[in-house]
Amino acid sequence: MAGSVEANAVGAVDRAVCVEWLQRVGDNALILGHRVSEWCGHAPALEEDIALANQALDLIGQCQLWLGLAAEVEGKGRTADQIAYLRDAGAFRNLLLVERPNGDFGQTLIRQFLFDAFHIALLRALTESSDPRVAGIAAKAVKEVAYHLERSADLVVRLGDGTAESHDRMQKALDLLFPYTGEMFTDDATDRAMAEAGIAPLPSRLKPEWDRTVADVLEEATLTQPGQVWQHGVKGQGGKTGVHSEYLGFILAEMQFLQRAYPGATW
Amino acid sequence: MSSEWPLWEIFIRGQHGLNHRHVGSLHAPDAEMAIRNARDVYTRRNEGVSIWVVRSNDITASSPSEKGPLFDPSNSKVYRHPTFFDIPEEIGHM
Repeated sequence: MAGSVEANAVGAVDRAVCVEWLQRVGDNALILGHRVSEWCGHAPALEEDIALANQALDLIGQCQLWLGLAAEVEGKGRTADQIAYLRDAGAFRNLLLVERPNGDFGQTLIRQFLFDAFHIALLRALTESSDPRVAGIAAKAVKEVAYHLERSADLVVRLGDGTAESHDRMQKALDLLFPYTGEMFTDDATDRAMAEAGIAPLPSRLKPEWDRTVADVLEEATLTQPGQVWQHGVKGQGGKTGVHSEYLGFILAEMQFLQRAYPGATW
Repeated sequence: MSSEWPLWEIFIRGQHGLNHRHVGSLHAPDAEMAIRNARDVYTRRNEGVSIWVVRSNDITASSPSEKGPLFDPSNSKVYRHPTFFDIPEEIGHM
């Protein structure tokens, strides 16, 4: 992972653009990881509780790597922790989908599944990144996320094709969260610069794979794909550009409390 | 909810070539989910390369009250241990 910025492909794009993109990837993992961790001690079964906590930890671990690289590329002496704990909501670059509240277990699962199907497509493409550090992080994360997707898809099928109540809850969760999926596949100037440098794929290029995964699983789950519905955050005014829902502030209030109240605290 | 799920006994093989060892039990609705749950509950510190799951109900156990007749008779039969052979020096440790 060592080496100067110039020796790697990130030298081919503007440093600020690269940092911006790395924060998008890292913040998705951080905010979803935090959301999933909120289930710790509250999941419907002990086994599920541990599985969710493991998954949250996978995501936080990935976030540490992405934000660590962001800090390195930025070259201003910040650390991954400082980026995670000392930015305000407007500086976060995560998708609106991952900051949605946990809701019931169905909403948590649908959110996870819709994101996992995108996440795996993104990470697979990133393993072939022209930047070896990006490819290295992706190679580690892709194994974890393959399991996340296997698990979330399996549970979506079980609960979608389960009892009348579980089916009903899953369908409602799907209808509720589907309008937040469009943002995953929007391309903007940052995405295009990264794609031109061969560091990351254009988000829109990931859509066919996502469509296939989602269609297959929803069919098996006997759930109805909401189809072409109005989408949040697709006109350049979404989480990717720092325009967040009110939920993010509450997440940060809890997540950042310690560093805000006791600056520099370590343990 | 978990009380409605059957109990499963979990066996993990730590390394290739070693036996599967009983590590504990958990609840799951079916075998496939028992394996996933076992992966999350019992292999999160890199303990395993293989998982077996068995419905606890499918295990037949010896009865503790029969311990005497089952096991005591072998107590006095030390000759069943292969400890009476002289091993030649050149064989080394066996």
